[in-house]
Amino acid sequence: MSILAGLTRNRAQARIEQRPRPFVYAFLAVILAGSVFPFYWSFLIGSGDAGTLSDTSMSWIPGGNFIHNAQSVMDNESVNFWRALANSVIVSSVVSLSVVFFSTLAGFAFSKARFAGQHGLLVFVIGTMCVPTQLSVVPLFIAMSKFGWTGTLGAVIVPGLVTAFGVFWMTQYIAQALPDELVEAGRIDGASMFQTFWYIALPAARPAAAMLGLFTFIMSWTNFFWPFIALNQTNPTLPVALATLQANYFVDYSIVLAGALLATVPLLILFVFAGRQLVEGIMRGAVKG
Amino acid sequence: MTTSTVVVRALSRRRFAIRENLGRWDVKYSPYAFISPFFIVFALVGLFPLAYTGWVSLHSWDLIGGEGGWTGFENFAFVLQQRQFWVALRNTMSIFLVSAVPQLIVATAIAAALDTNLRNRTFWRMSVLLPFVVMPVAVTLIFGSMFGERYGLVNRTLAEVGLGPIRWHTDPLASHIAIATMVNFRWTGYNALILLAGMQAIPRDLYEAATIDGATWLRRFFRITIPQLRPTVIFVIITATIGGLQIFDEPRLYDQNGLGGEDQQWMTMTIYLYKLGWTQLNFGRAAAVAWLLFVVIVAIGLINLALTRRIASAGAGR
Repeated sequence: MSILAGLTRNRAQARIEQRPRPFVYAFLAVILAGSVFPFYWSFLIGSGDAGTLSDTSMSWIPGGNFIHNAQSVMDNESVNFWRALANSVIVSSVVSLSVVFFSTLAGFAFSKARFAGQHGLLVFVIGTMCVPTQLSVVPLFIAMSKFGWTGTLGAVIVPGLVTAFGVFWMTQYIAQALPDELVEAGRIDGASMFQTFWYIALPAARPAAAMLGLFTFIMSWTNFFWPFIALNQTNPTLPVALATLQANYFVDYSIVLAGALLATVPLLILFVFAGRQLVEGIMRGAVKG
Repeated sequence: MTTSTVVVRALSRRRFAIRENLGRWDVKYSPYAFISPFFIVFALVGLFPLAYTGWVSLHSWDLIGGEGGWTGFENFAFVLQQRQFWVALRNTMSIFLVSAVPQLIVATAIAAALDTNLRNRTFWRMSVLLPFVVMPVAVTLIFGSMFGERYGLVNRTLAEVGLGPIRWHTDPLASHIAIATMVNFRWTGYNALILLAGMQAIPRDLYEAATIDGATWLRRFFRITIPQLRPTVIFVIITATIGGLQIFDEPRLYDQNGLGGEDQQWMTMTIYLYKLGWTQLNFGRAAAVAWLLFVVIVAIGLINLALTRRIASAGAGR
């Protein structure tokens, strides 16, 4: 009887663990083609000239003008490409380092310390995630203008220094990844709260911190609405600079798309090295969220 | 016992007491210090602006003159009487629905495909996330070049099979579909991974039992996967709602002027907010739109919640 049950279970398991049928791969391949095609299209148009897009007998083989078009993007004075690239690197790096540090610090306190009002404050943090950023754009702009911060990177960095999502994420992770005994052992050995955080919690939180940093970096790099309002063409981030490429009366799409591709390359490189961690991070966040 | 050892002991005891006191302070107040950066920054760039938006919305306020007089709900009344506001609301809802519904269906299909025992699993998972690294501004420029009315790739392809041309920049619904395509390019794979995580949390013995009972793959999918996935779907819908109703980047760059089309075909709430605040220089009215947008988001969120709850209880009753 039990042998029989064991046999059927094994067979059921085997059926579930079977390799999927070819159409599953075919379906995923179609999705992959859809993901990749816009990149190819940008390169195709970006390597042609002003007439390529409207050429009805357009070739599907890239032309030889990509370097030339990329050069036009970089040389365009109203685009400020290099300045924009440097600004994007600065803003995204500072913002993600800050978010990771402060989120881990707060996450450690919320998950491993005991203090009055702890639960209510955590609920408040989660509640703030639902407030749309658009709601604060008007007063934020008024305040930034008053301080004379508009047009400077500070206007973009300061509002991004902490995120509710980050605090929530690190609280969840540290609660489950760092044993209470380890924190207590540190305390008995005479470590202060901050030392406990620095020498025990921070190393334990490293995987989640890396994912949070990666995610925040991408969100910051691709962010447009607030930088577009707070900055200007002389001191832009990449998305803001890219938007000015299209703002001319006559739009040369070979240059616009070369620029779109150029602005994407840094994150593409990041994706090649850290894409796997990003996938893991998104999936792990989903289960807890 | 010599006096010196007594002194030393007393001293060390005192030192220990001080240390203990410090330790108690440390334990009691350090947590507040650790969480304070979040609350300080949030108070400055989140809470204060929230209240201030309310304040500004009740005043006449322009970009150059600054604060004018108290006007009560005049800004709200003005905005609500504008045809443009209602057009913006309609466009925002339309773009949201046109993007969210197909996106959720395709994302679920992708997740189901990824939830099988694939070869090169990591490769396929990464492949669906690839579009996520492209900034919306670039996505819009790339897709915008395909949706041209005369020479666009899409219309040219349609013409080859005898369809079209579709007026992507003239017809409201067509422009919404084009913009929804841009949104979905970037977010479908991302949401598929979240749904995949939800699927993998479903206990495998449920499937085993169903397989033993002879249930087909399709039956297992609709009877086990979908009902078990409900919390994840709610999570995806809520985040998509908060993000989707604030849409700005795609409609802003869909044409060169960035104000939502000549007849406001694709002017969304946030574009309207921007237009009032930064081209008409009227912050009072822009702030009123910001609050109205917030109300809309909360309302849609509550409707979603009520709907999913009703579906949940109906499912349980069966």
